[in-house]
Amino acid sequence: MAGILLVEDDPSVRAGLELALTRQGHSVTAYATGEEALDHVRARRPEIVILDVMLPGIDGVEVCRRIRKLDSLPIILLTARGDDLDVVVGLEAGADDYVVKPVEPRVLDARIRAVLRRLESASADRVAFGDLVVDRGALKVSLAGKEVHLTPTELRLLLELVRHPGQVLNRRYLLRAVWDHTHVADSRLVDACVQRIRAKIEPIPADPVYIHTVRGFGYRFSPP
Amino acid sequence: MTWLPTGLRARLVITFTLVAVTASAMVAGLGYQLVRRELLDRTERSAVADVRETLSKIALPVGASDVVWPSGTTVTDEDLGGIVSALEAPERTVIVTYGDQRRSSAGAVFSMADVPDQLRWQAARRLVYQRLQLRNEPWLIVATQIQRVTQESAARPTGLTAYVFVPLGEEERVLFRLWTALAQAGGITLTIALTVALLSARRVLLPVRRLGAAARALGAGDLHVRLPVRGKDELAELTATFNETAAALEDTVSELRTLESRSRRFVADVSHELRTPLTAMTAVTDMLSEDAEDLPADAGQAVRIVVREIDRLRVLVEHLIEISRFDAGAAVLRRETVDVGDTLADCLEVRGWADQVKLTVPVGMTFSLDARRFDVMVANLVGNALHHGAPPVLVGARLRDGGLEVTVRDHGSGIPDHVLPHVFDRFYKAGTDRARSVGSGLGLAIAKANAALHSGRLTVERQDPGTLFRLWIPRP
Repeated sequence: MAGILLVEDDPSVRAGLELALTRQGHSVTAYATGEEALDHVRARRPEIVILDVMLPGIDGVEVCRRIRKLDSLPIILLTARGDDLDVVVGLEAGADDYVVKPVEPRVLDARIRAVLRRLESASADRVAFGDLVVDRGALKVSLAGKEVHLTPTELRLLLELVRHPGQVLNRRYLLRAVWDHTHVADSRLVDACVQRIRAKIEPIPADPVYIHTVRGFGYRFSPP
Repeated sequence: MTWLPTGLRARLVITFTLVAVTASAMVAGLGYQLVRRELLDRTERSAVADVRETLSKIALPVGASDVVWPSGTTVTDEDLGGIVSALEAPERTVIVTYGDQRRSSAGAVFSMADVPDQLRWQAARRLVYQRLQLRNEPWLIVATQIQRVTQESAARPTGLTAYVFVPLGEEERVLFRLWTALAQAGGITLTIALTVALLSARRVLLPVRRLGAAARALGAGDLHVRLPVRGKDELAELTATFNETAAALEDTVSELRTLESRSRRFVADVSHELRTPLTAMTAVTDMLSEDAEDLPADAGQAVRIVVREIDRLRVLVEHLIEISRFDAGAAVLRRETVDVGDTLADCLEVRGWADQVKLTVPVGMTFSLDARRFDVMVANLVGNALHHGAPPVLVGARLRDGGLEVTVRDHGSGIPDHVLPHVFDRFYKAGTDRARSVGSGLGLAIAKANAALHSGRLTVERQDPGTLFRLWIPRP
């Protein structure tokens, strides 16, 4: 179904995941190192990257960071611990989601589908908020006339926020709407994604004018 | 209520004071006795000598017979009066008797009734004296038969007896003053002894108290505590022994801690190492399950066992990793304000329990907690209720005592009383069969650790029927 690039150093895990994902209908290319994976991304863009965090040579987080410089394609991290610093660092480096080992293929498949979910361009309109222009038909965002490159997840989150201007959206709602997470909310996904969007659209990310944090509740999009 | 001095300090002070006071009392008492005896003896001697000398100077009318007073003559009152006046002195009372005749000095306070019979009897033969208390005053009575000396220098009794009452009041007063002075000295000695005793007890006991404080510190976990060794007495020896013991204890404890942390790290490492093969196996279990249908019955059964056990192993490894993070102190609390009702509903829904559990929670109730850890706790409690208990399973949440209380109640046969205190123990097997089939044996231990991480508590109560788990998390 999707062209998956799998990066995992352990041969058995790599083979197992490759088997399972192939069985689910994906076409999988698997590598053991980040270097090989980066070469592959440059040569032939996959639809999604599934990336082990602990890799020999350049680690998963660094691979994630380098891919982001080239492309905004979706990345899911494979991590050993849910509450490791790895996750936060990986999400800040631009990963869209993460799964904790040992992962059930069903769960991984659901995450892949959620991240790859096509954006609905239902309302074909353009809305402008100061310098920020969100084109909901073409699914493009520009700031002061220059196009902003957002990952699909970032774009989905921004569209969700823009759809409810001035309204506080809690993290649980955003996780369900953007990530399809029915599982217990990991608000770090939302927080990291908001930070990445801010870095791209806010003049001063530390003092945001578009996306405001409402302490204890969630986020609010209120254009200046 | 009796107060017994049991402290070393009190015993030291009392002993020291007793020794000092006894010694000074003995010295004072001996001195007093010596002075008293000497003083009274001297008074007695001089009184006796005085009486003797006075009597020896009296010239009695010379008679022919040796037997009686100038024989044939009558002893007149004047004769007696003469003797009385010769013996008289200020404050003295003199009584002279002859047969039934009595003559006392003028203004005499005493009469013959005051003279003890024994003295009277003894006085018929020789000079005697006796101290006694008369009219509340000390007196010395000197009594003697008056003799006359014949021409042949032989002493002959005359039948006259003289009784001289010598006052001892002055001596008594002197002695009383001495006694008072000695008592005052005793009091001062007592005070000094007490002070010195207290000071020296303090001095002696200071190292003991330091040792006590150090031992307490050691007991409280301060294994670095050592004391300076001064001098060469028993206490210094004891202090040195204490230091050696503390050092040995510190070594042992640090060795144990090293061992313990090593074994904990080992558990953590093993769990992490198990994770990689488990990830590979988990990846293919779904495929195995699907294909088991097409396999021969026994092979399909075998595959299903493998799949099920891989699942169990996965839970066990997850729990081991989780608990080893608590043990390593690496568990971090990540609070966020959540809607309690939504969180509980999500927890049940994700696990497919929504239809089996009755959830009662106020709408819109929010609370600050670690959503992942809260989910783990509730899932564990509800999972236990569903697997080990019996329906209906009730989950409730409310605000109580400045915190959030979540209760999970089932209506099963309940946990036996002897098991109840152990339900939160790691790998505690209640029944040999039951606990083996589901769960890792760590679920409730992790739930309790998660509650503690929230500064809250997780408790269990017997119900009729069933069991009630109560989770309470205080407001941050």
